[in-house]
Amino acid sequence: MGRAGKVRLLSAAVLSQAFALVFDPYVLWVIFASALFGLFVGAVPGLTATMATALLVPVTFFMPPVPAIASIVTATAMAIFAGDIPSCLLRMPGTPASAAYTDEAYAMTKKGQGELALGSGLWFSVLGGLFGTTVLIVAAPSLAEVALKFSSFEYFWLVVLGLASAVFLAIGNPLKGVVSLLIGLLVASVGLDNPAGFPRFTFGNAELAGGLTLIPIMIGMFAVSEILRSVTRIEQPWEMAQANIGNVLAGMWTLTKRYPAQFFRGSVLGTAIGALPGAGADIAAWMSYAVSKRFSKEPEKFGTGHVEGIIEAGASNNSALAGAWIPALVFGIPGDSITAIVIGVLYIKGLNPGPTVFMNNAPSIYAIFTVFILANLLMLPLGIAAIRAAKQMLRAPREVLLPVILLFCIVGSFAINNSIFGVVLMLAFGIVGYLMEENGFPVAPAILGMVLGAMLEESFISSMIKADGRMLAFFERPIAGTLGVLTLAVFAIPLARQLMRR
Amino acid sequence: MPGQKFGPAWFPGLIAAGLALCGALLVYSGLRARSLWITTPEWIASRRARIGVGAFIGGLILYILVVDALGFYLTGVLVLGVWLRSLGASWRVSAIVAVVGTVVIHFAFYKGLRIPLPWGVLERFAF
Repeated sequence: MGRAGKVRLLSAAVLSQAFALVFDPYVLWVIFASALFGLFVGAVPGLTATMATALLVPVTFFMPPVPAIASIVTATAMAIFAGDIPSCLLRMPGTPASAAYTDEAYAMTKKGQGELALGSGLWFSVLGGLFGTTVLIVAAPSLAEVALKFSSFEYFWLVVLGLASAVFLAIGNPLKGVVSLLIGLLVASVGLDNPAGFPRFTFGNAELAGGLTLIPIMIGMFAVSEILRSVTRIEQPWEMAQANIGNVLAGMWTLTKRYPAQFFRGSVLGTAIGALPGAGADIAAWMSYAVSKRFSKEPEKFGTGHVEGIIEAGASNNSALAGAWIPALVFGIPGDSITAIVIGVLYIKGLNPGPTVFMNNAPSIYAIFTVFILANLLMLPLGIAAIRAAKQMLRAPREVLLPVILLFCIVGSFAINNSIFGVVLMLAFGIVGYLMEENGFPVAPAILGMVLGAMLEESFISSMIKADGRMLAFFERPIAGTLGVLTLAVFAIPLARQLMRR
Repeated sequence: MPGQKFGPAWFPGLIAAGLALCGALLVYSGLRARSLWITTPEWIASRRARIGVGAFIGGLILYILVVDALGFYLTGVLVLGVWLRSLGASWRVSAIVAVVGTVVIHFAFYKGLRIPLPWGVLERFAF
C-alpha cells in the first residue's frame, strides 16, 4: 500500500462532525419517525423492508443527505426485526426475511413460548445488527483504500462477479435468474446514457431518451406487485394465536450464554451474504437456518418450536442489512435490493458511492455509520413497545391499508420527475414484477441488472479501448486477474458439477 | 456505428442473444416436464380477489388517463373510493377514507414536498 491516496482514516475531527450531523433535533426526529414506520411496515404481512425503502425515497427527496439516508437505515433495520412478530402470532412472515423460521416461531407460540420466541427475535436482531454494523465500519474504509487503485478492468470483473452471485444465490432455477438479470440489463440499456451517446430503444420519445428512471420501477416491482399479491389473498383471514407477553427480554442472557456459537455463526454468514451482491436478508436467513440445523446437537428438535434456529437466522438477517452496505458504499455495487435503491439516493444526494466518498465526504459516511449503531440500539426499547402493540398493529384493516398505500405509490412515482410517465412505469413494472415472482423468476437479479447495466457496459467498453481489443488484458493486472479467475470459477463450478452428475 | 468495433448495438445484441438462448432452454425444459402451457392462479376462484385485482389495475390506468384533466383531488377520491369498495370496505368507511386519504397525501406532497400535483378542473381553487 502506497502512502499516496490514503483514505482519510477516522480522526477526532471527522467523528465530531459526524456526531454533529446525527445528534441534531431534526435528524433524531426523522430517525424516530422512520423507526415507527419501519416497525409498522415490517409487522404487517405483505409490506416488506424493500417496499419501505421504495416508499421512503420520494419523502426523503427534499431532505439533506444524512437524514435521508438515516431514515432508510432505521426503517429497514426495524422492519427486518418486526417481520418476526407476525411469524410468531399469525404464522405469516412480516417480511420475506423472516420466512425461513416462521413455522418454528409459530410452533413456539403454540407451545406457550411466544414470549421467548418474540424476545429472542428482538434480542438477536439487535446483536446481529450491531455485529454487521461493526464489520461495515471496519471493512468499508479499508476496502476503499484498496479500491482506490482499481481501474475499469477491476470494476468490470467486480460487476460480473456481482451479477453472477445474484443469479446463483437466488432461490430456485438459476436459468430463470439469468432471464431476470437480462431483463434488468435490457432496461438499463434504454436511453442516451451509453458510451456511444447513441439513443437506444427510445422510439423518438423524449421521456425514453433520458433512460428509464429507476425509482418508479422499483416502487412498481417492490410495492405495487406486493399490493397486488395482498389483494389476491384478501380472503385469507388473519388468525391470531394467543400469547401472553410479559417481560420479553427475560431469559435472553441465558440464551446468549447457551448459544454463543449460533449467534456468532449467524452474524458472520449474514454479513457475508449481505455483502455479496444480489443476496440479502431473506437468503441469509434461509442459509443460516439450514446451517443451524446441520450443525445442531439436537437437529430433531428443529421444526417443533426450538429456539436455536431462530437465534441464528434472526441474527443473520439483521447483520445482512449492514453487510449489504459494504459493496454499495465502496464500489457502488448493491449488496441487496434495499441498497440497490439506496445507491440511487446516494447519487441524488451527492454522496456518489465509490472509494473517494470516504475521503471527500468522511463526516457524512461516519454519520451514516453512527445512525446504524443508533438504530440498532433504538430497536431494543421500540421493539419491546412494538411487541406489546402487536395485536393492535395486526388489526389494521387491509381493505383500507392497501388502497391508501397504492395512492401513496402513485404520488411517489410521479414526484421523482414530476411526470405521469413515472406512474406508467410503476404500473408496468408492478405487473411485470408480480408475474415474474408468481412464475418463479426472482426479482433481485433484474434490479441488480438495472443498477449495474451502465457500469458493466462502460467498464467493458473503456477497458476494450484501453487494451485495443485484446481480451487477455482483462487478466493482466494482478487484482483484475484474480477477480477474473474467480468469476470464471463461479460460472464453471456449477456447470462442472452438473456434468459430473450425469 | 462505423469505425467502432463495440458500438451501441453490441451490448443490447448480447442481451438479446442471451434472452433467446435462455428462452429456448426454458421452453425445452417445459416441454420435457410436460407442464401445461398456461395455468391460472388459485385466487381466480375468489370473486372478491378478482374484483380487487381488476379494480386496482383498472384504477391505475384510469388515474394515468384522467389525472391531468380532472386534477388530483377528484381523481384521487375516485380511485381510492373504487379500490376501497372493491376490497369490501363499507360505503361509510370508503367515503371517509377516500376523502381524508386524498387530502392528507395531497397536503404531504403538495405543501410538504412541493410536488406540483395537477389541479385539473379545480384550477380555480388552487392554493
